[in-house]
Amino acid sequence: MKILVCISNVPDTTSKINFVDENTLFDTNGVQFIINPNDEFGLTRAIWMKQQQSAEVTVVTVGDNSCESTLRKCLAIGADNAIRIDLKPTDGFQVAKQLARICQETIYDIIIAGRESIDYNGAMVPGMLAALLDYNFVTNCVALDVEGENAQASREIDGGIEIISCQLPLIIGAQKGLVEEKDLIIPNMRGIMQARQKPLKVIEPTEDEIKSSILKFEKPIPKGEVKLVPADDIDQLIDLLHNEANVI
Amino acid sequence: MSVIIYAESENGKIKKSAFELASYGYEIASEMNVPLIAVTFNQDEVESLGTYGIEKVIKFKGPSISNFTALQYAENIALIAKENEAKIIILSSSANAKYLAPKLSITLSAGYASNVIALPEKLQPLTVKRTCFTNKAFNFCSLSNEVNIVGLSNNSYEIKENPKSIEIIEKDSSSTETTLKVEKLEKSSGKVTIADADVVVSGGRGLKGPENWHLIEDLADTLGGATACSKPVSDMGWRPHSEHVGQTGKPVASNLYIAIGVSGAIQHLAGVNSSKVKVVINNDPEAPFFKAADYGIVGDAFEVIPKLTKKLKEFKSK
Ligand SMILES: Cc1cc2nc3c(=O)[nH]c(=O)nc-3n(C[C@H](O)[C@H](O)[C@H](O)COP(=O)(O)OP(=O)(O)OC[C@H]3O[C@@H](n4cnc5c(N)ncnc54)[C@H](O)[C@@H]3O)c2cc1C
Ligand SMILES: Nc1ncnc2c1ncn2[C@@H]1O[C@H](COP(=O)(O)O)[C@@H](O)[C@H]1O
Repeated sequence: MKILVCISNVPDTTSKINFVDENTLFDTNGVQFIINPNDEFGLTRAIWMKQQQSAEVTVVTVGDNSCESTLRKCLAIGADNAIRIDLKPTDGFQVAKQLARICQETIYDIIIAGRESIDYNGAMVPGMLAALLDYNFVTNCVALDVEGENAQASREIDGGIEIISCQLPLIIGAQKGLVEEKDLIIPNMRGIMQARQKPLKVIEPTEDEIKSSILKFEKPIPKGEVKLVPADDIDQLIDLLHNEANVI
Repeated sequence: MSVIIYAESENGKIKKSAFELASYGYEIASEMNVPLIAVTFNQDEVESLGTYGIEKVIKFKGPSISNFTALQYAENIALIAKENEAKIIILSSSANAKYLAPKLSITLSAGYASNVIALPEKLQPLTVKRTCFTNKAFNFCSLSNEVNIVGLSNNSYEIKENPKSIEIIEKDSSSTETTLKVEKLEKSSGKVTIADADVVVSGGRGLKGPENWHLIEDLADTLGGATACSKPVSDMGWRPHSEHVGQTGKPVASNLYIAIGVSGAIQHLAGVNSSKVKVVINNDPEAPFFKAADYGIVGDAFEVIPKLTKKLKEFKSK
């Protein structure tokens, strides 16, 4: 079984978000980059399939060479090899197109991506990749079992869960629940040493096609002062919510 | 040419988000001087869409769409989009809409912008404002394609009445070959979901344990709202993961968000920022959440919540 895990290299969740070049570019100054949290849940699930079902796990990212430390971390966590498609992405469709190409060259039984990235935040790439390849697709995936050619996957929906069966190949959009927070693998020294020897292949992008472009960024307007209400004056809070805020 | 919305419904009722899409779509369609069309699935009553500016409703019926499937729904919407030369297709931000949007985009070679929060800045080329960095920022995204899809964030566009007499067309759904089957749907009935709720009441580690959650539930019930929690609360198994809100959980875009015993970590705030009004109850006046809130009470959750629930009940019965 071959598994591909799509990794998005994103700013750490504690990062302050700032922009430069007249708000056209994300300011990476002092920002730590990490594996997109949803992708990390997916990667952990893939490593379990490697351990239990002797799957081979490849990680891939579309990005410039600043993404390599994130890919090395994936290798240290347990992925067998890594691919970097050397293109700085600006659009979800563009990424899906590049990923589709490598999935046409090598057939993966399962492709795991995150439900959404925490930077571009589009929830686009896995669904577009599935449509481009005409593969089955389950997003918001909170459980996955694979046996032979068949998979059972659970999708979190608004207010419940949907249990889906399908044949491979399958693409999922992973999120917490697929594995728990406590299951995430923290690389040990041995893993980190081994990761240095594992193959990380850099490939050139194919012809580049985009469907959207970001013109500029904007930060939210800073919030005004909070209005504090004494704990023994609940009536005042209700009055404010009713008459001032108009929400009850 | 046309503008199309996918109007979602549940238990025989059109969802509020569909009226938001209609109101939003009406502005765009009027500006472009083209008809505004709604597509529905398995929905009998559709007349109410006319109140919000819809001129034509295409009702899909048939066994292949009795339950939602992304593939089938996307293909039916694509068909209608082609027949009506849609320039813009507007979807909600529900889990289902986000599931089918990428498929629709590839089928129609359309551009797609999700998490859009306002009317387009420009129609040529289509330029929209959307949230990014999980609500920590916005970007202006330009889409220069023949057809474009806009995913409108819930509760970001106000419902407006623009009464129209509507034409209703019924269509049978085609059925696409697929090995993907929905085996089972487990849905808690009667419970308001975080995605659709006007009010969300959220509890953090300050609630001390799952046995105290009746306080959160009572308050939420009183307000007709949904319950939510911080990440550690779901990681410890006090509450289900589906209630985890924030940067790595669900986004909240309600009118009112009440956070109790939640410190207000940057990852929590990121996910709840787009709620219109935020109320914080915390016994630590230094809790960071107070800086991001509109109203606050410095006090003990176990004393404040029962009083608040009681007073709200009195208020509601008036
Ligand atoms: C990669 C990553 C992603 C994350 N994503 C998310 C996310 O999506 N969502 C999220 O919520 N967190 C997320 N976090 C966790 C986040 O950093 C915080 O740890 C978390 O939000 C804290 O939860 P809390 O406020 O419930 O608990 P605490 O920080 O422990 O706060 C408890 C609060 O309760 C108050 N309190 C205590 N007793 C009482 C009382 N009797 N009455 C009133 N108040 C009381 C305390 O003063 C305190 O402010 C993430 C962290 C990481 C590293
Ligand atoms: N540049 C990228 N390289 C590889 N995978 C990506 C990239 N961007 C996004 N993805 C994958 O697609 C998922 C959804 O991303 P997005 O569509 O940006 O929300 C992410 O969680 C990743 O798994």
